[in-house]
Amino acid sequence: MSQNQESTRILYCHCNYAQIISPEVKKEVLSQLCETNQAFDAVADLCEMAARKDPELQRLTQGGSVKIAACFPRAVKWLFSGASAPLNREQTEVLNMREQSPENILKRLKAKDLNPNLPEDNQPPQASEQPGKNK
Amino acid sequence: MKLTESSKLRIVLLELEDQNQARDSAHFEYMQALLEKGFSVTRATPTGTTAPTDRSSLLVLGQFDKDQPPSDLQSENTEVRFEDSRHLNTEDVLALAEEIRETTSSFKHGDWKPWFPVIDYDRCTNCMQCLSFCLFGVYGVDDGDHIQVQNNDKCKTNCPACSRVCPEAAIMFPKYKSGPINGDKVGSKDLQREKMKIDISALLGGDVYDLLRTRSEKAKSRFSKERNPDKALNERVKCLNKLADSGDIPPEVLMSLPSPDVIQQRAQEAKEKADAALSRSQSKT
Repeated sequence: MSQNQESTRILYCHCNYAQIISPEVKKEVLSQLCETNQAFDAVADLCEMAARKDPELQRLTQGGSVKIAACFPRAVKWLFSGASAPLNREQTEVLNMREQSPENILKRLKAKDLNPNLPEDNQPPQASEQPGKNK
Repeated sequence: MKLTESSKLRIVLLELEDQNQARDSAHFEYMQALLEKGFSVTRATPTGTTAPTDRSSLLVLGQFDKDQPPSDLQSENTEVRFEDSRHLNTEDVLALAEEIRETTSSFKHGDWKPWFPVIDYDRCTNCMQCLSFCLFGVYGVDDGDHIQVQNNDKCKTNCPACSRVCPEAAIMFPKYKSGPINGDKVGSKDLQREKMKIDISALLGGDVYDLLRTRSEKAKSRFSKERNPDKALNERVKCLNKLADSGDIPPEVLMSLPSPDVIQQRAQEAKEKADAALSRSQSKT
Protein backbone atom coordinates (compact mmCIF):
# COMPACT_ATOMS: atom_id res chain seq x y z
CA MET A 1 0.00 0.00 0.00
CA SER A 2 1.39 3.37 -0.97
CA GLN A 3 0.97 6.54 1.06
CA ASN A 4 1.59 10.15 0.17
CA GLN A 5 4.09 11.70 2.51
CA GLU A 6 4.93 15.37 2.27
CA SER A 7 7.76 15.34 4.77
CA THR A 8 9.24 11.89 4.75
CA ARG A 9 12.68 11.85 6.26
CA ILE A 10 15.67 10.02 4.79
CA LEU A 11 18.14 7.95 6.78
CA TYR A 12 21.24 6.57 5.10
CA CYS A 13 23.36 3.79 6.66
CA HIS A 14 26.96 3.56 5.45
CA CYS A 15 27.39 -0.02 6.75
CA ASN A 16 30.90 0.96 7.62
CA TYR A 17 32.27 -2.06 9.40
CA ALA A 18 31.80 -4.77 6.80
CA GLN A 19 32.23 -5.21 3.06
CA ILE A 20 28.75 -6.51 2.44
CA ILE A 21 27.46 -3.54 0.47
CA SER A 22 29.34 -2.60 -2.65
CA PRO A 23 31.37 0.62 -2.17
CA GLU A 24 30.14 1.70 -5.60
CA VAL A 25 26.51 1.38 -4.54
CA LYS A 26 27.11 3.34 -1.35
CA LYS A 27 29.06 6.04 -3.19
CA GLU A 28 26.42 6.41 -5.86
CA VAL A 29 23.54 6.64 -3.40
CA LEU A 30 25.34 9.05 -1.07
CA SER A 31 26.72 11.33 -3.77
CA GLN A 32 23.36 11.54 -5.53
CA LEU A 33 21.67 12.34 -2.25
CA CYS A 34 24.17 15.15 -1.71
CA GLU A 35 23.36 16.52 -5.15
CA THR A 36 19.73 16.99 -4.22
CA ASN A 37 18.66 19.75 -1.88
CA GLN A 38 17.18 17.18 0.44
CA ALA A 39 18.03 17.20 4.13
CA PHE A 40 18.88 13.80 5.55
CA ASP A 41 20.49 11.90 8.39
CA ALA A 42 23.42 9.57 7.80
CA VAL A 43 24.95 7.09 10.20
CA ALA A 44 28.12 5.09 9.97
CA ASP A 45 26.64 1.73 10.85
CA LEU A 46 23.22 0.85 12.23
CA CYS A 47 24.50 -2.52 13.49
CA GLU A 48 27.14 -0.82 15.59
CA MET A 49 24.59 1.61 17.00
CA ALA A 50 22.18 -1.22 17.78
CA ALA A 51 24.92 -3.18 19.52
CA ARG A 52 25.57 -0.18 21.78
CA LYS A 53 21.83 0.50 22.17
CA ASP A 54 22.74 3.98 21.06
CA PRO A 55 20.05 6.47 22.19
CA GLU A 56 20.45 8.14 18.81
CA LEU A 57 18.42 5.29 17.33
CA GLN A 58 15.43 6.54 19.31
CA ARG A 59 15.99 10.01 17.87
CA LEU A 60 16.05 8.52 14.39
CA THR A 61 12.66 6.84 14.90
CA GLN A 62 11.05 10.17 15.76
CA GLY A 63 9.79 12.82 13.38
CA GLY A 64 7.27 10.92 11.30
CA SER A 65 7.70 8.74 8.27
CA VAL A 66 11.15 7.69 7.14
CA LYS A 67 12.85 6.02 4.21
CA ILE A 68 15.94 4.07 5.26
CA ALA A 69 18.68 3.15 2.81
CA ALA A 70 20.34 0.19 4.49
CA CYS A 71 19.95 -3.56 4.07
CA PHE A 72 17.14 -6.13 4.50
CA PRO A 73 13.93 -4.77 6.06
CA ARG A 74 13.72 -7.71 8.48
CA ALA A 75 17.23 -6.99 9.78
CA VAL A 76 16.57 -3.26 10.06
CA LYS A 77 13.31 -3.86 11.95
CA TRP A 78 14.96 -6.02 14.61
CA LEU A 79 18.12 -3.95 14.88
CA PHE A 80 16.03 -0.96 15.93
CA SER A 81 13.72 -3.06 18.07
CA GLY A 82 16.62 -4.75 19.84
CA ALA A 83 17.91 -1.32 20.81
CA SER A 84 14.53 -0.38 22.36
CA ALA A 85 13.79 1.94 19.46
CA PRO A 86 11.07 0.19 17.46
CA LEU A 87 10.22 1.59 14.06
CA ASN A 88 6.64 2.44 13.16
CA ARG A 89 5.70 -0.13 10.56
CA GLU A 90 3.18 2.12 8.84
CA GLN A 91 5.71 4.93 8.52
CA THR A 92 8.85 3.11 7.41
CA GLU A 93 10.16 2.06 4.01
CA VAL A 94 13.51 0.28 3.83
CA LEU A 95 15.61 0.36 0.68
CA ASN A 96 18.01 -2.54 0.45
CA MET A 97 21.47 -1.55 -0.78
CA ARG A 98 22.52 -5.21 -0.73
CA GLU A 99 20.05 -6.11 -3.47
CA GLN A 100 18.56 -3.04 -5.13
CA SER A 101 20.34 -0.94 -7.71
CA PRO A 102 21.40 2.62 -6.83
CA GLU A 103 18.99 3.89 -9.48
CA ASN A 104 16.02 2.16 -7.89
CA ILE A 105 17.03 3.20 -4.41
CA LEU A 106 17.41 6.85 -5.43
CA LYS A 107 14.14 6.75 -7.31
CA ARG A 108 12.38 5.60 -4.15
CA LEU A 109 14.23 8.05 -1.93
CA LYS A 110 13.17 10.92 -4.15
CA ALA A 111 9.59 9.74 -4.61
CA LYS A 112 6.89 11.59 -2.69
CA ASP A 113 5.01 8.45 -1.75
CA LEU A 114 5.93 5.92 0.90
CA ASN A 115 5.71 2.14 0.49
CA PRO A 116 5.88 0.72 4.02
CA ASN A 117 7.65 -2.64 3.83
CA LEU A 118 8.75 -3.74 7.29
CA PRO A 119 7.67 -7.34 7.97
CA GLU A 120 4.35 -7.62 9.72
CA ASP A 121 4.42 -8.54 13.38
CA ASN A 122 4.07 -12.25 14.19
CA GLN A 123 4.11 -13.47 10.63
CA PRO A 124 2.86 -17.05 10.44
CA PRO A 125 5.55 -19.58 9.47
CA GLN A 126 5.83 -20.08 5.73
CA ALA A 127 6.32 -23.83 5.99
CA SER A 128 3.51 -26.19 6.89
CA GLU A 129 5.72 -27.96 9.37
CA GLN A 130 7.12 -26.14 12.36
CA PRO A 131 10.21 -27.97 13.58
CA GLY A 132 11.56 -27.40 17.04
CA LYS A 133 8.43 -26.07 18.71
CA ASN A 134 8.53 -26.59 22.41
CA LYS A 135 4.99 -25.98 23.34
CA MET B 1 32.95 3.23 30.24
CA LYS B 2 30.38 0.80 28.90
CA LEU B 3 29.37 0.99 25.25
CA THR B 4 25.89 2.12 26.18
CA GLU B 5 27.06 4.87 28.51
CA SER B 6 29.14 6.80 26.02
CA SER B 7 28.20 10.27 24.86
CA LYS B 8 27.95 11.03 21.19
CA LEU B 9 29.12 13.66 18.73
CA ARG B 10 27.06 14.45 15.64
CA ILE B 11 28.22 16.55 12.71
CA VAL B 12 25.74 18.86 11.00
CA LEU B 13 26.43 20.06 7.46
CA LEU B 14 24.36 23.21 7.19
CA GLU B 15 23.37 24.46 3.74
CA LEU B 16 21.31 27.60 3.42
CA GLU B 17 19.16 28.36 0.41
CA ASP B 18 21.35 31.02 -1.21
CA GLN B 19 24.62 29.22 -0.84
CA ASN B 20 26.85 27.97 -3.55
CA GLN B 21 25.79 24.66 -5.04
CA ALA B 22 29.44 23.86 -5.61
CA ARG B 23 29.56 22.97 -1.95
CA ASP B 24 27.59 19.80 -2.76
CA SER B 25 30.66 17.91 -3.87
CA ALA B 26 32.66 19.12 -0.87
CA HIS B 27 29.86 18.05 1.43
CA PHE B 28 29.80 14.62 -0.17
CA GLU B 29 33.51 14.28 0.51
CA TYR B 30 33.10 15.50 4.09
CA MET B 31 30.19 13.18 4.65
CA GLN B 32 31.84 10.10 3.21
CA ALA B 33 35.03 10.70 5.19
CA LEU B 34 33.16 11.36 8.43
CA LEU B 35 30.98 8.27 8.05
CA GLU B 36 34.05 6.16 7.40
CA LYS B 37 35.45 7.41 10.70
CA GLY B 38 32.24 6.36 12.43
CA PHE B 39 30.58 9.75 12.94
CA SER B 40 26.86 10.41 12.50
CA VAL B 41 26.15 13.23 10.07
CA THR B 42 23.07 15.32 9.43
CA ARG B 43 22.71 17.33 6.29
CA ALA B 44 20.44 20.27 7.09
CA THR B 45 18.88 22.16 4.18
CA PRO B 46 15.74 24.24 3.76
CA THR B 47 14.21 21.27 1.92
CA GLY B 48 12.99 18.27 3.84
CA THR B 49 13.21 17.30 7.47
CA THR B 50 15.52 15.33 9.65
CA ALA B 51 15.07 13.58 12.96
CA PRO B 52 14.67 15.91 15.95
CA THR B 53 17.71 17.04 17.89
CA ASP B 54 18.78 15.05 20.91
CA ARG B 55 21.45 15.63 23.52
CA SER B 56 24.40 14.75 21.30
CA SER B 57 27.20 17.25 21.10
CA LEU B 58 27.07 19.00 17.75
CA LEU B 59 29.68 20.31 15.35
CA VAL B 60 27.89 22.54 12.84
CA LEU B 61 29.77 23.19 9.60
CA GLY B 62 28.52 25.84 7.19
CA GLN B 63 29.17 29.13 5.49
CA PHE B 64 28.81 31.85 8.07
CA ASP B 65 29.09 35.64 7.72
CA LYS B 66 31.12 37.77 10.07
CA ASP B 67 28.42 38.15 12.68
CA GLN B 68 27.60 34.53 12.39
CA PRO B 69 27.67 31.87 13.60
CA PRO B 70 26.32 32.51 17.05
CA SER B 71 28.89 32.02 19.74
CA ASP B 72 29.32 28.41 20.69
CA LEU B 73 26.54 27.17 22.88
CA GLN B 74 26.88 24.96 25.86
CA SER B 75 24.17 23.60 28.08
CA GLU B 76 24.15 21.03 30.80
CA ASN B 77 23.87 18.15 28.37
CA THR B 78 24.78 19.49 24.98
CA GLU B 79 27.69 21.30 23.46
CA VAL B 80 27.33 23.00 20.07
CA ARG B 81 30.26 24.34 18.10
CA PHE B 82 29.96 26.26 14.83
CA GLU B 83 32.74 26.36 12.25
CA ASP B 84 32.94 28.14 8.93
CA SER B 85 33.81 25.35 6.54
CA ARG B 86 34.69 27.47 3.51
CA HIS B 87 38.40 27.11 4.01
CA LEU B 88 38.44 23.61 5.38
CA ASN B 89 39.46 20.61 3.37
CA THR B 90 38.34 17.07 4.22
CA GLU B 91 41.39 16.40 6.37
CA ASP B 92 40.74 19.59 8.35
CA VAL B 93 37.15 18.54 8.96
CA LEU B 94 38.21 15.09 10.15
CA ALA B 95 40.84 16.56 12.45
CA LEU B 96 38.31 19.03 13.87
CA ALA B 97 35.71 16.33 14.45
CA GLU B 98 38.27 14.10 16.13
CA GLU B 99 39.43 16.96 18.35
CA ILE B 100 35.89 17.68 19.49
CA ARG B 101 35.18 14.00 19.96
CA GLU B 102 38.07 13.84 22.39
CA THR B 103 37.17 17.01 24.28
CA THR B 104 33.54 15.91 24.67
CA SER B 105 34.63 12.37 25.62
CA SER B 106 32.38 11.06 22.90
CA PHE B 107 32.44 7.45 21.83
CA LYS B 108 35.28 6.35 19.56
CA HIS B 109 34.01 4.16 16.79
CA GLY B 110 35.56 1.27 14.98
CA ASP B 111 37.25 -0.48 17.89
CA TRP B 112 34.92 -3.44 17.57
CA LYS B 113 33.35 -5.00 14.47
CA PRO B 114 29.62 -5.10 15.19
CA TRP B 115 29.09 -8.83 14.78
CA PHE B 116 26.34 -10.16 17.02
CA PRO B 117 23.06 -12.09 16.78
CA VAL B 118 19.83 -10.21 16.18
CA ILE B 119 16.69 -12.12 17.18
CA ASP B 120 13.61 -12.00 14.98
CA TYR B 121 10.93 -12.27 17.66
CA ASP B 122 8.26 -12.76 15.00
CA ARG B 123 9.83 -16.16 14.43
CA CYS B 124 11.42 -17.01 17.78
CA THR B 125 9.58 -19.68 19.82
CA ASN B 126 11.71 -19.20 22.94
CA CYS B 127 12.99 -22.78 22.63
CA MET B 128 16.35 -21.80 24.19
CA GLN B 129 18.42 -23.87 21.74
CA CYS B 130 20.63 -20.86 21.11
CA LEU B 131 21.21 -20.37 24.82
CA SER B 132 22.04 -24.05 25.26
CA PHE B 133 24.38 -23.99 22.28
CA CYS B 134 26.45 -20.85 22.81
CA LEU B 135 29.50 -21.43 24.98
CA PHE B 136 30.43 -17.79 25.17
CA GLY B 137 27.57 -16.38 27.24
CA VAL B 138 26.06 -14.23 24.50
CA TYR B 139 22.48 -15.23 25.33
CA GLY B 140 20.44 -14.91 28.50
CA VAL B 141 16.83 -14.45 29.54
CA ASP B 142 14.96 -11.37 30.66
CA ASP B 143 12.74 -11.08 33.74
CA GLY B 144 9.93 -12.77 31.84
CA ASP B 145 12.19 -15.69 30.85
CA HIS B 146 12.30 -14.65 27.23
CA ILE B 147 15.47 -15.27 25.32
CA GLN B 148 17.55 -12.19 24.62
CA VAL B 149 21.03 -11.20 23.50
CA GLN B 150 22.75 -10.00 26.64
CA ASN B 151 26.46 -9.86 25.86
CA ASN B 152 26.83 -9.11 22.19
CA ASP B 153 30.49 -8.17 22.57
CA LYS B 154 31.25 -11.78 23.59
CA CYS B 155 30.12 -13.07 20.21
CA LYS B 156 32.87 -14.52 18.03
CA THR B 157 33.33 -12.39 14.93
CA ASN B 158 32.10 -14.02 11.72
CA CYS B 159 30.73 -17.08 13.53
CA PRO B 160 27.03 -17.66 12.72
CA ALA B 161 26.87 -21.08 14.41
CA CYS B 162 23.97 -20.31 16.75
CA SER B 163 21.84 -19.24 13.81
CA ARG B 164 22.47 -22.67 12.30
CA VAL B 165 20.97 -24.45 15.30
CA CYS B 166 17.90 -22.23 15.47
CA PRO B 167 14.99 -24.40 14.22
CA GLU B 168 12.99 -21.34 13.16
CA ALA B 169 15.76 -19.41 11.38
CA ALA B 170 15.03 -16.62 13.84
CA ILE B 171 18.62 -15.57 14.46
CA MET B 172 20.13 -13.06 12.08
CA PHE B 173 23.62 -11.71 11.62
CA PRO B 174 22.97 -8.69 9.39
CA LYS B 175 26.55 -8.62 8.14
CA TYR B 176 26.51 -12.28 7.10
CA LYS B 177 27.04 -13.04 3.41
CA SER B 178 23.82 -14.89 2.60
CA GLY B 179 20.19 -15.36 3.52
CA PRO B 180 18.24 -15.93 5.56
CA ILE B 181 20.92 -15.36 8.22
CA ASN B 182 21.61 -11.89 6.77
CA GLY B 183 17.98 -10.85 7.29
CA ASP B 184 16.63 -11.93 3.92
CA LYS B 185 13.17 -13.51 3.90
CA VAL B 186 12.86 -17.01 5.34
CA GLY B 187 11.36 -19.52 2.96
CA SER B 188 10.12 -23.04 3.55
CA LYS B 189 13.33 -24.44 2.02
CA ASP B 190 15.34 -22.54 4.61
CA LEU B 191 13.29 -24.08 7.39
CA GLN B 192 13.79 -27.56 5.99
CA ARG B 193 17.52 -26.92 5.75
CA GLU B 194 17.62 -25.79 9.37
CA LYS B 195 15.64 -28.85 10.40
CA MET B 196 18.14 -31.11 8.66
CA LYS B 197 20.96 -29.50 10.58
CA ILE B 198 19.24 -30.15 13.87
CA ASP B 199 18.63 -33.75 12.89
CA ILE B 200 22.27 -34.17 11.95
CA SER B 201 23.41 -32.76 15.24
CA ALA B 202 21.01 -35.11 17.04
CA LEU B 203 22.47 -38.09 15.17
CA LEU B 204 25.90 -36.99 16.29
CA GLY B 205 24.85 -37.07 19.91
CA GLY B 206 23.09 -33.76 20.06
CA ASP B 207 26.21 -31.85 20.90
CA VAL B 208 27.79 -30.06 18.00
CA TYR B 209 30.53 -28.67 20.20
CA ASP B 210 31.41 -32.12 21.41
CA LEU B 211 31.89 -33.21 17.83
CA LEU B 212 34.01 -30.21 17.03
CA ARG B 213 36.06 -30.61 20.17
CA THR B 214 36.70 -34.30 19.50
CA ARG B 215 37.79 -33.64 15.96
CA SER B 216 39.90 -30.70 17.05
CA GLU B 217 41.57 -32.79 19.78
CA LYS B 218 42.29 -35.58 17.32
CA ALA B 219 43.82 -33.07 14.98
CA LYS B 220 45.92 -31.54 17.74
CA SER B 221 47.11 -34.94 18.85
CA ARG B 222 48.05 -35.90 15.33
CA PHE B 223 49.82 -32.65 14.58
CA SER B 224 51.73 -32.64 17.82
CA LYS B 225 53.56 -35.70 16.52
CA GLU B 226 54.60 -33.90 13.40
CA ARG B 227 58.21 -32.84 13.39
CA ASN B 228 57.95 -30.30 10.65
CA PRO B 229 56.19 -27.23 12.13
CA ASP B 230 55.31 -25.81 8.72
CA LYS B 231 53.79 -29.08 7.59
CA ALA B 232 51.93 -29.42 10.87
CA LEU B 233 50.57 -25.92 10.54
CA ASN B 234 49.47 -26.53 6.97
CA GLU B 235 47.72 -29.74 8.00
CA ARG B 236 45.99 -27.98 10.86
CA VAL B 237 44.84 -25.17 8.63
CA LYS B 238 43.56 -27.71 6.11
CA CYS B 239 41.67 -29.60 8.79
CA LEU B 240 40.18 -26.51 10.35
CA ASN B 241 39.21 -25.18 6.96
CA LYS B 242 37.32 -28.39 6.35
CA LEU B 243 35.52 -28.00 9.66
CA ALA B 244 34.89 -24.37 8.99
CA ASP B 245 33.36 -25.18 5.63
CA SER B 246 31.07 -27.83 7.02
CA GLY B 247 29.86 -25.79 9.96
CA ASP B 248 30.51 -22.34 8.56
CA ILE B 249 32.51 -21.63 11.67
CA PRO B 250 35.67 -19.53 11.31
CA PRO B 251 38.86 -21.54 12.03
CA GLU B 252 39.96 -18.93 14.55
CA VAL B 253 36.81 -19.62 16.54
CA LEU B 254 37.51 -23.34 16.55
CA MET B 255 41.10 -22.64 17.53
CA SER B 256 39.95 -20.48 20.41
CA LEU B 257 37.64 -23.11 21.91
CA PRO B 258 38.55 -23.72 25.53
CA SER B 259 39.75 -27.04 26.90
CA PRO B 260 37.37 -30.03 26.77
CA ASP B 261 36.69 -29.76 30.50
CA VAL B 262 35.79 -26.10 30.26
CA ILE B 263 33.62 -26.78 27.20
CA GLN B 264 31.70 -29.45 29.10
CA GLN B 265 31.32 -27.20 32.12
CA ARG B 266 30.08 -24.25 30.06
CA ALA B 267 27.76 -26.42 28.00
CA GLN B 268 26.27 -27.85 31.20
CA GLU B 269 25.82 -24.37 32.69
CA ALA B 270 24.18 -23.08 29.53
CA LYS B 271 21.87 -26.08 29.38
CA GLU B 272 20.85 -25.67 33.01
CA LYS B 273 20.18 -21.98 32.44
CA ALA B 274 18.02 -22.79 29.42
CA ASP B 275 16.17 -25.61 31.16
CA ALA B 276 15.45 -23.44 34.18
CA ALA B 277 14.11 -20.61 32.03
CA LEU B 278 11.97 -23.05 30.03
CA SER B 279 10.63 -24.62 33.18
CA ARG B 280 9.68 -21.25 34.68
CA SER B 281 8.21 -20.15 31.38
CA GLN B 282 6.07 -23.31 31.08
CA SER B 283 4.85 -23.13 34.68
CA LYS B 284 3.53 -19.62 34.00
CA THR B 285 1.38 -20.79 31.10
